Amino acid sequence: MAKITFSIGGVHPDDAKLSRGCAIEVLPLPQTMYVSMAQHLGAPAKPIVAVGDKVKTGQVIAEPGGFISAFVHSPASGTVKSIGPRKDLAGNNVTHIEIAVEGDEWVEGVDLSDTLVTEIQEDRQAILDRIKACGVVGLGGATFPTHVKLNPAPGSVAECLILNGAECEPYLTSDFRIMLERTKEIVVGAAIMQKVLGGCRTVIGIEENKPEAIEAMKKAVAELPYKIEVLPLKKKYPQGGEKQLIQAVMHREVGSGGLPISVGAVVQNVATSLAVYEAVQKNKPLITNVLTVTGNCLPVEKQHNYLFRIGMPLSYIAEYAGGVPEAAGKLISGGPMMGRAIANLDAATVKGSSSILYLSAESTKRGQESLCIRCGRCSDACPMGLEPFLLHRLYKAGDVDGLEANAAQDCIECGCCLYSCPAYIPLLDRVRQAKGMAMAAIRARAAAKQAAKESKTK
Amino acid sequence: MNSIVIWTIVILAGLGLVLAVVLFFIAKTFKVEEDPRIEQIEKTLPGANCGGCGYAGCHAFADSAVKASDLSAHFCPVGGNEVMKKVSEILGFAVVEKAPQVAVLRCNGTCEARPAVNYYDGDKSCRVKAALYSGDTACPFGCLGCGDCVDVCEFGALSMDPATGLPVLDESKCVACGKCVKACPKKLIELRPKGPRGMREAVLCRNEDKGPVAKKACANACIGCGICVKTCTHEAISLENNLAYIDPAKCKLCRECEAVCPTGAIHGVNFPKELDKAAVKERVAKRNAAPAVANATVIPSEAKESKKEVSNG
Repeated sequence: MAKITFSIGGVHPDDAKLSRGCAIEVLPLPQTMYVSMAQHLGAPAKPIVAVGDKVKTGQVIAEPGGFISAFVHSPASGTVKSIGPRKDLAGNNVTHIEIAVEGDEWVEGVDLSDTLVTEIQEDRQAILDRIKACGVVGLGGATFPTHVKLNPAPGSVAECLILNGAECEPYLTSDFRIMLERTKEIVVGAAIMQKVLGGCRTVIGIEENKPEAIEAMKKAVAELPYKIEVLPLKKKYPQGGEKQLIQAVMHREVGSGGLPISVGAVVQNVATSLAVYEAVQKNKPLITNVLTVTGNCLPVEKQHNYLFRIGMPLSYIAEYAGGVPEAAGKLISGGPMMGRAIANLDAATVKGSSSILYLSAESTKRGQESLCIRCGRCSDACPMGLEPFLLHRLYKAGDVDGLEANAAQDCIECGCCLYSCPAYIPLLDRVRQAKGMAMAAIRARAAAKQAAKESKTK
Repeated sequence: MNSIVIWTIVILAGLGLVLAVVLFFIAKTFKVEEDPRIEQIEKTLPGANCGGCGYAGCHAFADSAVKASDLSAHFCPVGGNEVMKKVSEILGFAVVEKAPQVAVLRCNGTCEARPAVNYYDGDKSCRVKAALYSGDTACPFGCLGCGDCVDVCEFGALSMDPATGLPVLDESKCVACGKCVKACPKKLIELRPKGPRGMREAVLCRNEDKGPVAKKACANACIGCGICVKTCTHEAISLENNLAYIDPAKCKLCRECEAVCPTGAIHGVNFPKELDKAAVKERVAKRNAAPAVANATVIPSEAKESKKEVSNG
């Protein structure tokens, strides 16, 4: 039994991987698709097509709006019907490009075959450019542009590339399915990133509740000519957290406010690895991803893992899968621990969409909040070693200095504190606000320092 | 026995005297020279220490007012013009009167007009709610109804109305300190001039969605139709991002906009008479039938670009 895991905190929710047996199915194209301009962390993309333009599948329809931003490609061929605000799954207005789908005619130069290409080109910059041009972003949740992450600032050296196959969130099985069905592609993708980072140690970390995936990955690694390890990890949430994974694999801790590269680590999700493979070896832009339709009030025969195109409305996918079950009290996009409630099912899928989760009303009902009994369970559960009860109190008092001194800015919003609180205090919600306050104070100070420096040089 | 009592008294009295002399000299040597006007001003201020003026408290306000070259950046919203007059007299500045302001909630999406499409059972805080999603209703701009503004008001001027789900303002208690303005994550509260005898007009909506979308989300929403802009003869109303805004400095309180607004998004308060909408509409129609009198300006809606940069992480 694997014993490798992070050392402090963590919780053990029931993993409920109900849809693990469902093979990936390809969704047919809907009549209309809505491509969001904010599919990644950072500045929203800028549309470069106009209403009435004909677009082909895979054609660039929006360019990066800043350094940390990404290209967006058309998910189908058709006509641009409108460009304007549309509500995302939280109900907020985001610019979307509406495409009236007419078919699936791809742009030139994309290899649509299934043959595995194992030959990796030597030119590092060319690989990075291809990743950027294909709009690849991290598919583990944060959707951070991959080309930025794979290009560490000068002076920092990547010593270890960790491929995140932990999928520690309950219910989700999309990463598990691609690890089973697209194993070799993921390994080649990892080898590409390994090459970009200068041939560092490369580890694929998989939680031990997915033995089939570990087996398949080990077999693929043995068959292919790359130097990659497969590391089974103990099942514990949040194993897939970037900092937790680094600690489990490298026994190094990322300092407060630091980036993984500061300890020589780069973490990429297995789905990102697959996207990198398709981008570099097949010249295929990131317009598809795998999404799980699951939940505790959905019979297993109605659960699915779908290969969707970005821009498909969630309601279309839900309808195709057989409609929203009546018993569903809450709809979530993402896992039950860190996912976001779907306030608007008409919202379009984005690059980072990973699930539609139907949870029954009773399993999501919050208990009546009562006073903190100082049991300390939240501190025991926090994988970052924070004291959520204290942060909660400081937040209520509005003590920004205290929040910063107690590292509220290091919260990874995993929800372990809320999960473990017997008094049902919405710790996560409030600590997230506290984190925002601490971050704002840190940024304001940095900005003031920068301004003072600039005025001095003048 | 007697001598002990006497000695005790003598020693303690002596000690007290010596220490008093020491304290007197210390106080004299280390005296902090402070402008006497600071204390004077502080006494005239209401002493609420609410921070509504933008300073940490009444003392900080007085301190900065004494050092300032004029009082343009200093206004005590709690004391109002009366207190500022006294402060100006102390400092020898000319009296500059400011129109008294009041907090105005720019949302009239009552529970009835704005049906809920989601149910929220999380933390009862607008801040938290706004971070999670756009709100229970289809309007992503409207009041969230958790009462963060009520919680921060130190003067007890705000309270939640369970019937409408919106905060209600007690005008007599509002001092326009602006705390609620900062607390509202949807930026719905605006400080507007109180107006003559409290009479004022405002568009109570911030929905920037296109007409049909806004109307579907809330029956009381401003749909950006622009009728008010065309009707207004004082050029007081502008239309931007499908949303009308009345400039209080130009508004002449004729209430024509309120009468012609098809959704009832424009509200007037403290008017002595009930508005006879039909009569005003007729008057406007007659005027429009005659050769054009006024040309209202319409500002075309600009595509707003959000400039959000996130640092490398």
